Amino acid sequence: MVRYVIKRILLAIATVFIICLITFFVMHAVPGGPFNREKALSQATVDALNERYGLNKPLWTQFMNYMKGLLKGDFGVSLKNGREINEIIGESFPISAKLGLMAITIALVCGTILGSLAAIMRNRLPDRIIVFLSTLFTAVPSFVLATLLLLVFSIKLGWIPVWSATETHYLLPVIALAAYPMAYTTRLAKTSMLDALGQDYVRTARSKGVAKWRIIFKHALRNSLIPIITYAGPQIAYIITGSMVVETVFTVGGIGTKFVSAINNRDYTLIMATTIFLATLMVVANVICDLLYKLVDPRIKYE
Amino acid sequence: MSEEKKKFDNVQVGNMPSKVPFSAQIDLSKFNASMFEKASDEEKRQQDVMSESTTFFKDGMRKLFKNPLAVGSIIVIGLVLLVIIFAPMIVPYSYEEILSVNGVRDKGAKNLAPFTYSKLEQQYVDAGGYRFPHIFGTDEQCRDYFIRVVYGTRVSLLVGFFASIIVLIIGMIYGSVSGYMGGRVDLIMMRIVDVIYSLPDMLIVILLSVVLQTVMKFKSGSFLSSLGTNMISLFIVFGLLYWVGMARLIRGQILSIKENEYILASKSIGTPTRMIIKKHIIPNCLSVIIISTALQIPSAIFTESYLSFVGLGVQAPMPSLGSLANSARGGLQSYPYKLLFPALMICLIVLSLNLLGDGLRDAFDPKLRK
Repeated sequence: MVRYVIKRILLAIATVFIICLITFFVMHAVPGGPFNREKALSQATVDALNERYGLNKPLWTQFMNYMKGLLKGDFGVSLKNGREINEIIGESFPISAKLGLMAITIALVCGTILGSLAAIMRNRLPDRIIVFLSTLFTAVPSFVLATLLLLVFSIKLGWIPVWSATETHYLLPVIALAAYPMAYTTRLAKTSMLDALGQDYVRTARSKGVAKWRIIFKHALRNSLIPIITYAGPQIAYIITGSMVVETVFTVGGIGTKFVSAINNRDYTLIMATTIFLATLMVVANVICDLLYKLVDPRIKYE
Repeated sequence: MSEEKKKFDNVQVGNMPSKVPFSAQIDLSKFNASMFEKASDEEKRQQDVMSESTTFFKDGMRKLFKNPLAVGSIIVIGLVLLVIIFAPMIVPYSYEEILSVNGVRDKGAKNLAPFTYSKLEQQYVDAGGYRFPHIFGTDEQCRDYFIRVVYGTRVSLLVGFFASIIVLIIGMIYGSVSGYMGGRVDLIMMRIVDVIYSLPDMLIVILLSVVLQTVMKFKSGSFLSSLGTNMISLFIVFGLLYWVGMARLIRGQILSIKENEYILASKSIGTPTRMIIKKHIIPNCLSVIIISTALQIPSAIFTESYLSFVGLGVQAPMPSLGSLANSARGGLQSYPYKLLFPALMICLIVLSLNLLGDGLRDAFDPKLRK
């Protein structure tokens, strides 16, 4: 177990390092320096700026400096407005985290309940409805759903006001963000629940005369949760990327919006910083899920 | 030496009995015709073939066509394909053409509702001219929206299809080499896959698209430039990142098939490796490969529409479903149908491809067969 944990963490560190490497060198492959403006700066100014930000040093030294900054938790400065990126992330990430956590909790809990319900009521009306809806929602991109929700509930019906700086309304963005992972979890939960219900231990319990709901909760549900935990890791990744478009549609001032606007402004340092930040988050989430998975299911062999 | 050989030859040719000992071959010289009797009709009927012989493919297709969802999706995909192939031949507008009547630019043809004409067009129609209806209306730059959605669907489907092919080719080569070589080569190759697999793909896709768009410049007029840098960067990104899942799958398939007894049996009768791969390994993993390629297409379409939405998709004026949906957000309050058409198209295509993929899996996956 300890060996496995160490191995997994080492792989995660390697991944994060590679992400930093890719991000840094890919971003530096872009032609034109950060000081290219429409109005050309004088050579002396450019030199002075390069000197100040250490951009005249060899690329490798720059990378080492950047990494040193990262280890100290310093992402540098945004190219477009000169603000500290730490500050930008610090104010936008809590909103995204709140949004994402709500969405993923709803997706996992509701998805598991609906999926298990569909499996228990197999081939009856509730099952049909649940399967139909979950299949449908796996085909709807989050930006479409987000835009439709905004159009119907905020603009046409006016039930829920549009997100603004003073008023925050999490309901619609959370629904838009949770729909796809919830649909996927439902499908997953149904298959694994059916699988669990067909196992020999369930038949044994039934033949002993254990109550139906007790079988479902004590025996089947616990075992059917395992594939869902495995899926939770990638789902977090989906929530993070999905939040970019959902936040943009609802004009939520989260890290997703910042990322998209950084892409549109070609604000390279901000793109770099947000990529590394979000990627690290995803890798960490994946490691936790993997470890949890091994912890929950003792049958899994540690390689 | 030579004498000994001669002796051996003698044994071989002359003294050996004609029938090999322990052979199951019947010595016909012991029997004559009177010892046989004719089979009765009932006995003959036992040899009749009750149902038509079936192959793996035929059986799978039969199962597929029994699945109403799969048949429905095949029909939907067929209809969509027919429309995107033939609509540009029938509709007289092109996707980047700004509408004009009799050579005069029609400034009133902005944001028309479906099946309506602008004032200028109405005058022309009233005067007896023929104007093809704007089935989905027009967009904010006076272009026919229906043809733009048709081209958008073309682009999205092409991206999905080619991206899946790229993924398939790279994944197949990498996975089969890794699975076949085994040992240390396999170990190293799979560690590389592990690392790429754990990269957050969407973020790297966005990062690479941002950079590739600015880095890549093609000679204007060449095939590559007509495709657009964004489209090519999309393919490069798919080629770099998304093959790992396929490589893992194929490696796993090959590893498990390699262990089977029939491979051992085939080896023991001296079948060459080339034939083993051709006769046993490829047919056995083909169904799994086809199914996962079919399921790869909708996910590629999703990714493309997503990137287009963020502003990193195909190059304007070439539309894609994602970029159409994105630009429709501008006039959402007044013209909601402009979002509806491309959005419905994405949902329809992804849904039917997903259902078809599921149907294919149910019909062809040997592990699900009973």
